[in-house]
Amino acid sequence: MISRIWRTRLAPYALILPGWLWLVIFFVVPTLSMLSVSTMTGNDLDGFKQTFHLSTYSDAWSEYHTQIVRSLVYGLIATVLCLVIAYPVAYWIAFRGGRYKSSLLFLLLLPFFVSFVIRTQSWEFMLDDHGMVLGTLRTFHLVGVMKTLHLVSSSGTILQTSTAVIGGLVYNFLPFTVLPIYVALERVEPSLLEASSDLYANKFHAFRKVVFPLSLPGIFAAVLLTFVPVASDYVNAQILGGTKNTMIGTAIETEYFTNLNYPVAAALSFILMAVLLIGVFLYARILGTEDALEMAAA
Amino acid sequence: MSELQLPPDLLRGLTTPRLTRRRAMQLGGMSALGLALAGCSISGSSPSASSGGKVSLEVAREQIATFWASQKKGSQLNFANWPLYIDVGSKNSDHPTLDMFTKQTGIKVKYDEVIQQDDTYYGKIAPQLKQGDGTGYDLMVITNGIYLDDLIERDYLIPLDQSAMPNFYAYASDLVKDTSYDRGNAYTMAWASGITGIGYDPKLVGKKITSWNDLLDPALKGKVGMFGDTEDLPNAALCAIGVNPETSTEADWKKAADWLKKQRPLVRKYYQQDYVAPLSKGDLYASQAWSGDIFQANANGAHLEFVVPDEGAPIWTDNMCIPQHAAHARDAMIYMDWVYQPKIAALLADYINYITPVPATQQIFAAEAKDATSSDDRDYYTTLSTSPLVFPAQADYSKLHRYRVLSAAELTTWNNLFEPIYQS
Amino acid sequence: MSAIAGLALEEAYENDHRPVTVHKPKRKGFLLPIWGWLVILWLSSPIVVMIVFGFNDGTGRATSTKWNGFTFKWYQNLFSISDLTTALGNSITIAIFTTLIAVVLGTLMGVALGRWKFRGAGSVNLLLFANIAAPEVVLGAALLSLFLTLNIPRGYVTILLAHVMFSIAYVVVTVRARMSGLDPSLEEAARDLGAGPLVTFFRVTLPLIAPGVSAGALLAFAMSIDDYIITSFNNGSTQTFPLWVYGAAERTGGSVPPQVNVMGTLIFAFGVIVAVGGAVANRKRA
Repeated sequence: MISRIWRTRLAPYALILPGWLWLVIFFVVPTLSMLSVSTMTGNDLDGFKQTFHLSTYSDAWSEYHTQIVRSLVYGLIATVLCLVIAYPVAYWIAFRGGRYKSSLLFLLLLPFFVSFVIRTQSWEFMLDDHGMVLGTLRTFHLVGVMKTLHLVSSSGTILQTSTAVIGGLVYNFLPFTVLPIYVALERVEPSLLEASSDLYANKFHAFRKVVFPLSLPGIFAAVLLTFVPVASDYVNAQILGGTKNTMIGTAIETEYFTNLNYPVAAALSFILMAVLLIGVFLYARILGTEDALEMAAA
Repeated sequence: MSELQLPPDLLRGLTTPRLTRRRAMQLGGMSALGLALAGCSISGSSPSASSGGKVSLEVAREQIATFWASQKKGSQLNFANWPLYIDVGSKNSDHPTLDMFTKQTGIKVKYDEVIQQDDTYYGKIAPQLKQGDGTGYDLMVITNGIYLDDLIERDYLIPLDQSAMPNFYAYASDLVKDTSYDRGNAYTMAWASGITGIGYDPKLVGKKITSWNDLLDPALKGKVGMFGDTEDLPNAALCAIGVNPETSTEADWKKAADWLKKQRPLVRKYYQQDYVAPLSKGDLYASQAWSGDIFQANANGAHLEFVVPDEGAPIWTDNMCIPQHAAHARDAMIYMDWVYQPKIAALLADYINYITPVPATQQIFAAEAKDATSSDDRDYYTTLSTSPLVFPAQADYSKLHRYRVLSAAELTTWNNLFEPIYQS
Repeated sequence: MSAIAGLALEEAYENDHRPVTVHKPKRKGFLLPIWGWLVILWLSSPIVVMIVFGFNDGTGRATSTKWNGFTFKWYQNLFSISDLTTALGNSITIAIFTTLIAVVLGTLMGVALGRWKFRGAGSVNLLLFANIAAPEVVLGAALLSLFLTLNIPRGYVTILLAHVMFSIAYVVVTVRARMSGLDPSLEEAARDLGAGPLVTFFRVTLPLIAPGVSAGALLAFAMSIDDYIITSFNNGSTQTFPLWVYGAAERTGGSVPPQVNVMGTLIFAFGVIVAVGGAVANRKRA
């Protein structure tokens, strides 16, 4: 009897406790202290005092809303691109990979073994004004078209444009998109796929009615795991961006390290976290999911 | 350890933010110039300062002397430096000069390359020092600028023992003596310096660049790089408008900011330290640049020119200093002076390739070139000994300026003016 | 980062003793494979550049981006920068310990969240979300002030504490993803046969969620070995590979010594060997 009660009532708490404690001590407590820093006033030299100065938040917003909005826009575009690129790849590996599934998935995810410093260095090398990317575009006479679409700078270069930054973001976070979609698709029994293609006249119909709905949880998780880290990323903008591509992560760094203005840095962080949380819930609502976070996990 | 030996008075003196920069400057000024300021006393600027809030300079000097009298030579030195910033042995042996130091003095060196950037390093040690903890280091290398200013202002550094710097006073170049950021070298001795000038590819630019205003040329649109930082960018802009940054006023800052705004449409990016590759490859035709970087890029096959513009240029120095609560302050003091022997300085400069604080090394390299057995060595040492990037020409010296030293209030104004330019 | 994770997932799926039906569509399209291969090519292009740079001759302080001729000297002098070697060693051991701890804690949490609905689950989810969304500077700085307050000396141990902190959530998410796809009747059957909770967990549950666990493990490993900001606050005098490389770039104009490329290449090659070996072993067993 006791063991049954334990299993059904207390077991989840017992299992969660160790990890929860770790997060409470090393994440929640420090974060709460930062929350308190965000309403302090003062300066680095004389020290900061708690004054419950809430206008730090509105000041931070009015000073940096451009960068916050830009981060969300970049995050959105990058996430959509990631989905468009990742879905067919995940589909291909899940249904057509056969016995080479693991090798293909491995090849796809291989580059992320290597440190970001090295990856970015290589990226710059490829994207630069004489690099292979622009070389290829020139060969196919695509630079002019891209110029019209404002995908390259007015002098026809890629580095230090939004294109480069978003490209870098898509590149670095693609695995976060591929993986959940692949996991969801992989659960679809091949027999189901066959049955559905018998049932529906064309393949597209079969896909739309059967496979796609089954992969929705994967897409949802993918969007979360891509959008959230992308919007708070700053490395890509700092390295691949130019004078008009700063993202909010950089602003937080500058406020913290250069201006030694810890309240503003903390306030910006909480604004960012709040905005992301709201975005995620809105997305869940639109999708009609009741518990967004639960969905994210599934 | 050392704290136990300190009289309580001195302990306070060295651990509370009482020796403000103003004080420190006078303190430094005194030791350097031997001025008889000793009679006048100034009030400790921090209201929390103890003992009536008034400590005369004389007392401060005495405290420092007492402190150093209590510091005995030990057998250990914990040294925090940047990666790739000290000589490296040919085989797995670490750093020859450190081995020499240990052999000669019996002081073992724990050498850690833990400093990645001034800002992140400051972000790490400042809370520790504030808490009254040590950093774990006896010696660290910090660039002059807001973080060093802050360390001095908050009294996080131990004033140096001026009587234990014979090599420094005999061999240090004027460039690093009695600097505006540390009058009378009260707290620091230089490790290496660099000039923030212009690096460019003469073939791509098609003409000689001699002035900061050459970077306003519309022909360079999208091919100019500038630094995205709070020191080099504004101070260079001040030079560009013909003002000495060290003595610049708020009105000058506004003009400098206007100069930068005018230039902004031409700028490809405000770089951190990643401008060298694009400059070497031709993605940038010209860029604000550090002297040592250009030297190394050319050693790696690039064909770049480095110029100190006519209007002048900022010079920065990475400084050795002793953080508060250092357990082996005396050992640090011994090391700092030890590296000022020309022979040692030459070994370091040979690897570091930035401006050495000991000009006498130039003759050593020249001799090295003469005695070289291989042509590779001869070329290298000839380049080194004649390079204006390592040994700036006399004419250049007069054009080099230190960063503006900023008070906390000034820093806010300064950042509000310049940050929106390189970050938006 | 999730690279390794995906592979592990895949391998574990192969162990998943369900009948393998190789699906043969009536008409094989060629667009999907082309797309897939293009993406793979795109993703691995920086690696190729890195491997090539590891063979590029030069002075050694920084990697030259111009081709100066082929050399093996960076391989021969791989460990000539002793601080870099130490840093790499630290990074690898810290990543291993981080993985072990984060996997144990995260798996337990993931199992609980995936198996039961219980009061408070929502707040745990929120905690995990906040953990993934929090900017690194703030995490790093806040953690440092905590360590200072508790008087914990910064170094190897505090890096480990921090890395586990930001890795747990990723393990939880992957494990839970697998867990919620499981049929609870399997565990019930085991218990009906008289197996205790521990036996059930190790003999039934764990093998079933193994893909999620190994995915989380490798994710934690990759995140730990690549962290810069949070580590820079809490490392004391301990160096790690990303810290050293970043600092080196700062004084060499944004480039890194060629040995760094070689080390990257070797880590990469080691990953390939482990993965291919694992796949081959799996196939033989099956």
